[in-house]
Amino acid sequence: MTDTLLSVKNLTLNIPTGSGTLKAVRGIDFDLKRGETLSIVGESGSGKSLTSLAVMGLLGKSIKRQADEMRFDDIDLQKANRRVMRDLRGNRIAMIFQEPMTSLNPAYTIGDQLTETLLLHRKVSKAAARARAVELLEKVGITAAESRLSQYPHQLSGGLRQRVMIALALMCEPDLLIADEPTTALDVTIQAQILRLLVDLTREMNMAMILITHDLGVVARVADKVAVMYAGELVETGPASEVFAAPSHPYTRGLLRCIPQPGKTERGAPLGTIPGIVPSLIGDVSGCVFRTRCAHARPECREAIPLRGDASHEFKCVHPDGALSEEGEVA
Amino acid sequence: MLPFILKRLGLALLVALTVSFISFSLLFLSGDPAAALAGETASGEDVEAIRRLYGFDRPMLVQYGEWLFSAVQGDFGESYYFKLPVASLIAERLQVTMLLGVCGILFALLTAVPLGVAAAIRPNSLIDRVALFLSVAGQAMPSFWFGLILIVVFAIQLGWLPPSGAATWRHFIMPTIVLGYYAMPAIMRLTRAGMLDVLNSDFIRTARAKGAGEGRVLFKHALRNAIIPVVSLAAVQMGFMLGGSIVVESVFALHGAGFLAWESIARNDLPTVQALILVFSMFYIVFTFLADVLNAWLDPRMRSS
Repeated sequence: MTDTLLSVKNLTLNIPTGSGTLKAVRGIDFDLKRGETLSIVGESGSGKSLTSLAVMGLLGKSIKRQADEMRFDDIDLQKANRRVMRDLRGNRIAMIFQEPMTSLNPAYTIGDQLTETLLLHRKVSKAAARARAVELLEKVGITAAESRLSQYPHQLSGGLRQRVMIALALMCEPDLLIADEPTTALDVTIQAQILRLLVDLTREMNMAMILITHDLGVVARVADKVAVMYAGELVETGPASEVFAAPSHPYTRGLLRCIPQPGKTERGAPLGTIPGIVPSLIGDVSGCVFRTRCAHARPECREAIPLRGDASHEFKCVHPDGALSEEGEVA
Repeated sequence: MLPFILKRLGLALLVALTVSFISFSLLFLSGDPAAALAGETASGEDVEAIRRLYGFDRPMLVQYGEWLFSAVQGDFGESYYFKLPVASLIAERLQVTMLLGVCGILFALLTAVPLGVAAAIRPNSLIDRVALFLSVAGQAMPSFWFGLILIVVFAIQLGWLPPSGAATWRHFIMPTIVLGYYAMPAIMRLTRAGMLDVLNSDFIRTARAKGAGEGRVLFKHALRNAIIPVVSLAAVQMGFMLGGSIVVESVFALHGAGFLAWESIARNDLPTVQALILVFSMFYIVFTFLADVLNAWLDPRMRSS
């Protein structure tokens, strides 16, 4: 057994559309060790969710997946057939989705849906599966867990449903948990609770987690590693502490400036924004994808951009050290 | 679940009562029943005598109460034409109609639902096009014409099936197909639309993320949600088949309740018409009630509303 749990090299996702091929994800690399939390950050449409679905093998039929390597533990995900993928999903790789209100089947009880996962993957009795469901509901902080089993999703609030979704993902004690914007649809007070819960659980179960979010505040609190994604590419990856201390890509710096900081951000001062919009990914996409919105764009930004930095903290930008003075940048 | 059933049952009873009053009023809406009974050549005195004999001279509400009281006991009076109790007349004819209706709806469901599901799994595939063609053809062909075509091909030219009558199960094959095919397109399209909709929902993605196989995803997670509107539609169509199979019964000379209704209207046989309207309406009410209960079982959200 290797230390690396998940390894993805040069992942590319293409979506054929009426007006050409949409190059949704281009040449992404990342890996994840056991027990580690990787946060993929980026704005809507940057390909974060697609990347996670690609790992799960749950992409729509029309999306073309290519990669030099996609390995989960000892399993080559590119060669895995449907049977192997089915055995992995819900069992060793579990996923939590963004929309707790619609992610549970309205026709079945919470108990039915929780136990289904365990019964699909393990040879256990129904009673044992129910006991496990109660145990996990308690673990995710749901009171009167026993009686919740006979309730239906519509009888629960959004926060409770997301807790149920988390319990559902943990039924088989997965090695990897993919959380796709798990707190976006929830109230701010609930967001913090759910996040804390996820962090505690991953530590307790020594579970690796890919946390997909557009909220950098979330990342700072939980992630070991950060991967900043922009328009289908990873523009900067590295240990969370380093990326936050020394953001090297102009896009990362732009994102960080968008977060108001109590005490630092002046009252009444405009919040940081990144001007411009994400470029079209249909047709020829070359050079730095961020150059159309970047204050430091230079002619060489049209060329292929090499990865810079050291092995742990890498970024895709032509500026030699990345640590540019902040003055020249548009706020 | 029980409060929901009781509430629906109460509603169904109210509807039934309303329908019974309307169907009773028909007797008076269609002119003077005594004059109609007595015939065109009768004198004024004869009409008056008949009016007293049948009790038409009493207040309408009293007559209604009396009629309803007998009706709930299964006594619908005597047919003017057959001079037989209406209840036994209808009971005899209803056997054929009910057999045909049940076969028809089963045929429709057993063809439409699998076809709708298959079409939804692969939209725009060959099977989807075939399903579309069958449903358009079903909607476009009038029942009487389709029935006649079947008779010409399978009874007259090929000689495989009897053209008319109700003596054996083979007599019911063609009427079942004609009646069922009429209901099939709507059920098929609703199943297809429902499945397409549900298969794109988040909880189906959750089911796949759990590691459920395709069969389980389709039938346990998707179909149960997609079938809910189909249940309501099938209930209405079932009611229609039991009450409105007049055309099919005529084409295949099946003397069922639909045929009796048509005969009785033509003969001005009001007690029979009244009773048939009431019976047909009851079918609608009963099937809608059953569909509501079935839907509440399928979809827990309906139980609370």
